[in-house]
Amino acid sequence: MTGTVRGEAVQIAIDTVARAAATPEQPQPYAELGLTAGEYAKITEILGRRPTDAELAIYAGMWSEHCSYKSSKVHLRQFADKAPPSAALLAGIGEQAGVVDIGQGYAVTFKIESHNHPSYVEPYQGAATGVGGIVRDILAMGARPVAVMDALRFGPADAPDTRRVLPGVVGGISFYGNCLGLPNIGGELAFDPCYAGNPLVNALCVGVMRHGDLKEAAATGPGNQVILFGSRTGPDGIGGASVLASASFGAVKGDGEAGGESAKRPSVQVGDPFMEKLLVECCLELYAGGLVAAIQDLGAAGISCATTELAAAGKTGMRVRLDAAPVRDASLGPPELLMSESQERMMAVVEPRHTEAFLAVCAKWGVQATVIGEVTGTGRLEMTWHGELIVDLPPGSAADEGPVYHRPMARPADQDTLAADDPAQLARPADGAALRAALLGLLASPELADKTWVTQQYDRYVRGNTVLAMPEDAGLVRVDEQTGLGVALATDGNGRYCRLDPYAGTQLALAEAYRNVAATGARPLAVTNCLNFGSPEEPAVMWQFAQAVTGLADGCQELGVPVTGGNVSFYNQTGGAAIHPTPVIGVLGVHGDVRRRLSIGFAADGAALILLGRTSLELGGSAWAWQAHGHLGGTPPRVDLAAERALAGLLAAAAEDAVLAVAHDLSDGGLAVALAESCLRGGLGCQVTLPGDPFCYLFSESAARAVVAVPPGTQAAFTALAAGHGVPAEVIGTVGGDSLGVDGCFEIPLDELRAAHTGPLPALFG
Amino acid sequence: MMARVGVVTFPGSLDDGDAARAVTLAGGEPVPLWHGEGDLRGVDAVILPGGFSYGDYLRCGAIARFAPIMSGLIPAARAGLPVLGICNGFQILCEAHLLPGALTRNTGLRFISRDVALRVENAGTRWTGAYSQGQEIIIPLKSGEGAFVADPSVLAELEARGQVVARYVNRAMNGSASDVAGICNEAGTIVGLMPHPEHAVDPLTGPGRDGLGFFESVVSLLVGR
Repeated sequence: MTGTVRGEAVQIAIDTVARAAATPEQPQPYAELGLTAGEYAKITEILGRRPTDAELAIYAGMWSEHCSYKSSKVHLRQFADKAPPSAALLAGIGEQAGVVDIGQGYAVTFKIESHNHPSYVEPYQGAATGVGGIVRDILAMGARPVAVMDALRFGPADAPDTRRVLPGVVGGISFYGNCLGLPNIGGELAFDPCYAGNPLVNALCVGVMRHGDLKEAAATGPGNQVILFGSRTGPDGIGGASVLASASFGAVKGDGEAGGESAKRPSVQVGDPFMEKLLVECCLELYAGGLVAAIQDLGAAGISCATTELAAAGKTGMRVRLDAAPVRDASLGPPELLMSESQERMMAVVEPRHTEAFLAVCAKWGVQATVIGEVTGTGRLEMTWHGELIVDLPPGSAADEGPVYHRPMARPADQDTLAADDPAQLARPADGAALRAALLGLLASPELADKTWVTQQYDRYVRGNTVLAMPEDAGLVRVDEQTGLGVALATDGNGRYCRLDPYAGTQLALAEAYRNVAATGARPLAVTNCLNFGSPEEPAVMWQFAQAVTGLADGCQELGVPVTGGNVSFYNQTGGAAIHPTPVIGVLGVHGDVRRRLSIGFAADGAALILLGRTSLELGGSAWAWQAHGHLGGTPPRVDLAAERALAGLLAAAAEDAVLAVAHDLSDGGLAVALAESCLRGGLGCQVTLPGDPFCYLFSESAARAVVAVPPGTQAAFTALAAGHGVPAEVIGTVGGDSLGVDGCFEIPLDELRAAHTGPLPALFG
Repeated sequence: MMARVGVVTFPGSLDDGDAARAVTLAGGEPVPLWHGEGDLRGVDAVILPGGFSYGDYLRCGAIARFAPIMSGLIPAARAGLPVLGICNGFQILCEAHLLPGALTRNTGLRFISRDVALRVENAGTRWTGAYSQGQEIIIPLKSGEGAFVADPSVLAELEARGQVVARYVNRAMNGSASDVAGICNEAGTIVGLMPHPEHAVDPLTGPGRDGLGFFESVVSLLVGR
């Protein structure tokens, strides 16, 4: 066998199946590829011989934590076991993304996925390809991607490395998403020292299709052609799933540079959003022409994943001529080709009678497409390299029957100490001036400050269907221009709450996303999740993970919204220091008529301000405790999912009846921050009289609450509606004027609020 | 007869759907035109929409100007066919030398996406007749390479002949020379505009309706022939 390296012809020894059988004792680099000795032994047992280099590459990718969910699987089953009955679910867990019926013949599919490790090593490309990956997931379901969101978490805003990572991540998302033509409709931006060496970059995409457009990812029909199309395969992202995403970072780090982690930079992929845009349009034309029997995107573990999963799901077998795959670098051997995570590639299964038409559509869009194999009846996944057999394995053994671990779990030793450290003993603002300073301090904290510095780098308008985007509670996209049908989406996570109590903290994140969707007037329908945790090999982390998953499964059951899919990101840990457990929960809701959406911005002078829900003094994990005292202790706010359900029902009904135009969910920073945001969004002030202890009412983070502004003419109708839904409603003031005033406490002109709120991020990031 | 306004789709065009919707809302009939064909299908006017034609990995618009559709469009535009280039379309018009000057990286080197106030400096073009001279409008700007540059002499000529069609009201945050947001040819038939009027045609999905005038201008002109 000859290949070319740096222009010189060299002999490459190809490890064939025959050679593997003949040389059982040859040492193989399984540990370097992230496999344990036990896992390697299992592969040998499955094959009845040692694996070839190519087979080893396949198993290393597919059995990595990132692809196999080997540490999380036993817990994730709860999402299916506890799934509430839902007529809306057309496809659920196990597919690339869940599919939800939203009525009028439409279905939507949505999913959130992490790109944490790549984004730390190479922020710009890491974040960019995170967007690209999740968009292809959605595309592979048969849907047109219509919007993206990003949930971002970084170390302290003023840390030198945050200045490297954050602008790079935001720039990468901007570059990829804008060039791809997908509106960015929302997300999160949070800062905490625990994310300093492990930023979290979670990207969400939502797509729309008609019922019946759902595409399968199963290679069936012997004789059908296997077509690889999109970008050529290059030497980028090799081992992304196994080497990068499924291991912790080393302990030693330098400032401004990711220490020894720069050596992992070749494991980060490089994105080409233009090719992705062509792929999107090309795939949609292929779908419309009925030319695709099955399709899968190439993401983590590249060709390994696409071939094993398609073949495993189809159950009949597949033969692939690996040397037929177009490459950017002729020196790539079979293992590199199989492990490469080069972006913007898809694999389709096509009936022979459609092959010509398929290739013609690809040519129209300038997308390279190559027949690299066919579906067989052997039940095996076979691959050849210039005629020699280099892979021969049962595809299910790689795709579905990977190792499953029941990792040891142990409640962290400091959990009780943390819970006992009650924030009730913290010094509180004593008078109006101190309350005023506390609010301005919160508004100017990087976490709660105005996010325009970030969001003005994202296109929110493209496609012309964005009804709500940042800084609204949720993104809202119109699906049907005639009927006004739309979908609302929010993502939420709170690492502090989860550190104090991962079960309750996860339910609070779920509740907040659910509430945010409801605050647009939409009805929450389904849930996705991105579970960001430390190393599963640490019992304390595993305990946090199990608590979080159980909390989410129980919470979804009680709220009646099924989990339709998700993603687990472990090893967000540097040395012994893990991030706070940070499940990020995405909730999707359906809006019957987006023209009746609710906004957070005060719009009408004289509207009555009504506080919905019950407020009690709950400061554990609160923004105030953290901001004013650097304190994290006690217990997070009480979870009341029945109250959340009632509140959401009220908001949807009020939007439907058009008795309400303004609603804002209460979360970080409590009522005080929510009022300030609504004032600034609408450019209109308010005067408030609090019904009890001002500090508690202003800064407590009790859940299941929202503030609404009701026009005078509809106040009676709204109050009756609230009573009917069993939601406590208290009039606390009136909208109007050009300041935020709290009787007996303080008065803050909007200009002063705005200056405090909008100043920090530009000051930090230029 | 309804005015037929062609909307060109290049590989990487993104706002072609939005431009077509705006034409419809303005009372015209949008006609899709494909980059790979030289035929203008008898349209009465053409819009080159926003996006990243061919990825814009080279200079923005530098490849699109060589697309087959341009071989039909360039002579037609020189002969008086009304053409509006929005954002990437503006860049293409400059690359095709249908308009003078060039668009370069924003000062600050970041993509800027925000609603901006513009002043209509020339309400006499085919695309701005629906506005009044000096009218201030708010439409979204979203671009990474939106800073207009031209030789001082070219700029002076543009100003002297009223070819500056729209200007940013507050100093251009992208560093555009003389705060120029849009220009036209001497005849006022070809207009290039950096911000996106097609994203301001419905208050539900944009900052308002201020952008609709660009489309109504050309549609009413063509209907009134």
